[in-house]
Amino acid sequence: MTSTAAAPRAKRQSRTVSFNTPSVRKDLGTALVFIAPAAIGFAVFYLYPTLNGFYFSLTKYNLLGTPKFIGFDNFAAIFSDKLFYNALGVTIEYVLLNIGFQTVIAVGLAVLMHRLTQSTILRGMLLLPWLISNVIAAMLWFWLLDYQIGLVNNFLAWTGANRIPFFGGEAWAIPTIAFVNVWRHMGYTALLVFAGLQAIPTYVYEAAAIDGSSEWSSFWRITLPLLRPVMALVLVMTVTGSFQIFDTVSVTTKGGPVNASRVLQYYIYEKGFAQGQFGYASALSVILFLILAFFAIVQMRLLRAGESDLA
Amino acid sequence: MTTAPAPSTTTASRTAPAARQRRPLSIGRLAAWAALIAVIALSLFPFLWMIRTALSTTKSLATNPYSLLPVDFTWGAFRRVLGLSTAAQSVAEGGSGASVNFWIYLRNSLIYSTVVTVGQVFFGALAAYAFARLHWPGRDKVFALFLAALLVPPIFTSLPNFILVKNLGLINTMPGLVLPTFLMTPFAIFFLRQFFLGINREIEESAQLDGAGHWRTFFQIILPMSTAPMATLAILTFIGTWNDYFWPLLVGGTEDSRVLTVALGVFRSQTPQGSPDWAGLMAATLIAALPVLLLFIAFGKKVINSIGYSGSK
Repeated sequence: MTSTAAAPRAKRQSRTVSFNTPSVRKDLGTALVFIAPAAIGFAVFYLYPTLNGFYFSLTKYNLLGTPKFIGFDNFAAIFSDKLFYNALGVTIEYVLLNIGFQTVIAVGLAVLMHRLTQSTILRGMLLLPWLISNVIAAMLWFWLLDYQIGLVNNFLAWTGANRIPFFGGEAWAIPTIAFVNVWRHMGYTALLVFAGLQAIPTYVYEAAAIDGSSEWSSFWRITLPLLRPVMALVLVMTVTGSFQIFDTVSVTTKGGPVNASRVLQYYIYEKGFAQGQFGYASALSVILFLILAFFAIVQMRLLRAGESDLA
Repeated sequence: MTTAPAPSTTTASRTAPAARQRRPLSIGRLAAWAALIAVIALSLFPFLWMIRTALSTTKSLATNPYSLLPVDFTWGAFRRVLGLSTAAQSVAEGGSGASVNFWIYLRNSLIYSTVVTVGQVFFGALAAYAFARLHWPGRDKVFALFLAALLVPPIFTSLPNFILVKNLGLINTMPGLVLPTFLMTPFAIFFLRQFFLGINREIEESAQLDGAGHWRTFFQIILPMSTAPMATLAILTFIGTWNDYFWPLLVGGTEDSRVLTVALGVFRSQTPQGSPDWAGLMAATLIAALPVLLLFIAFGKKVINSIGYSGSK
């Protein structure tokens, strides 16, 4: 036993030394084999297309021919494109409605769950809408909200109210699509917030209670401030996802009525694949990329995501 | 209701979420339960309505719009979308009469999701092992670069990837569908690396003392120890891929490459204007949702617990 004990120690030491020793260099060959498939995937399907995407945005490319370099002409055209500004406005309206309602509901739900129950089954039920695809969620509500025989409109008619053209009305299309996605994501977002709530130690609340703090003021003065780093991550995730709204529009309104729900990604899709203006579509997606990066950075800064108040 | 001193009851309710103590039911708690139950009802009700509609005939849906149970109970809608009924039968029940066969799309979705899941989990595990357990120059920089791929929105890479797949002649084929996410996603590597970092080194080292190389260590020690996180990752990846729409819309346009999500979109736009085949659409929707729901019933706990994990990264 004593004779073999020296060997593991020697082995262990070799792990911690710098990259100059032979045994550490020996790992390099093995490591290259281990990461080879992922590295190929990364280079071919992430890195190369990302660079290519920037290049295509500077070209005129109709999918059939070869891309022709035209500098910043696409971007110049975009900045005087009325449909682009419409798409941008529609997308922002969607994001505001979607994120606004979703975040408030999710935080409320998370606090309720935290107070009332640890039940995994209840959490599972809340998660159910998130498990099905955007397309299925869209179909379900497309049926429930149908103008003629959908349950909701039948109910409205029964109460004597006017039927509402949820997907068919220009003013209603975006709020309806935003609602469908709030429905799909509220439980999931609530669980993310719930995980953050569980990380807040109970002694903080006990101290507040001894000082006579009410539930209401504890929520505003303790829960929300301590939740800030988690909220920053959740918001960056949900806002970034929200800006890329596509599926629901694609299977219900297809951008209509008129231009009422033609969100940015749907506009990119139409330009690139229906109209064959691939260079123009790429330039649009560069702009979407920049918008997303901008919002992610601003949110992380504003919410000081890196630091917690729980010192 | 007993009136206990105010501070002590509040203290009790503070610590309660962990301890699950019995407390007197106050009006506030009653209202809180009512709100929670209302949201759960809103989450579940559309599923009930989907099942109820799928088991009705489209023609009788308008006559009995409020019934919670199927109207004129029939499996006709399922037979219709699975291509098992004749055109005349399907028209009689409110279908379009066009031939649809969701078996093919179900098969395509299964192949697409399974292949992508197996590839991502296996190649992700290989890479994660190299990032967590091997020492090589530039390791952390390469890892950071891989993670940076998370910042690029999918639409941005989808357009050039479409050109790439098109130039490879793989549009409307299964390989074209699978390829971009088969070898690597940043999330898979990140997720498994976190777990590998936590495995006790001594186990590995004693194996290596016995003469096991990195390959044997990986396959005979690390992988068997990591079945739980790999299963979780596999379930999340499978669900995510199953629900994919944008990429399959671009690349899967033929019968042999069309997955369920895309097929649903096509089916819905095929339905004749004025009288959509709602029962058929809901039956198709149910078929598309069922595998994921079954997976969730079987492995729900894994999925739920992983959400806290990915949220607090």
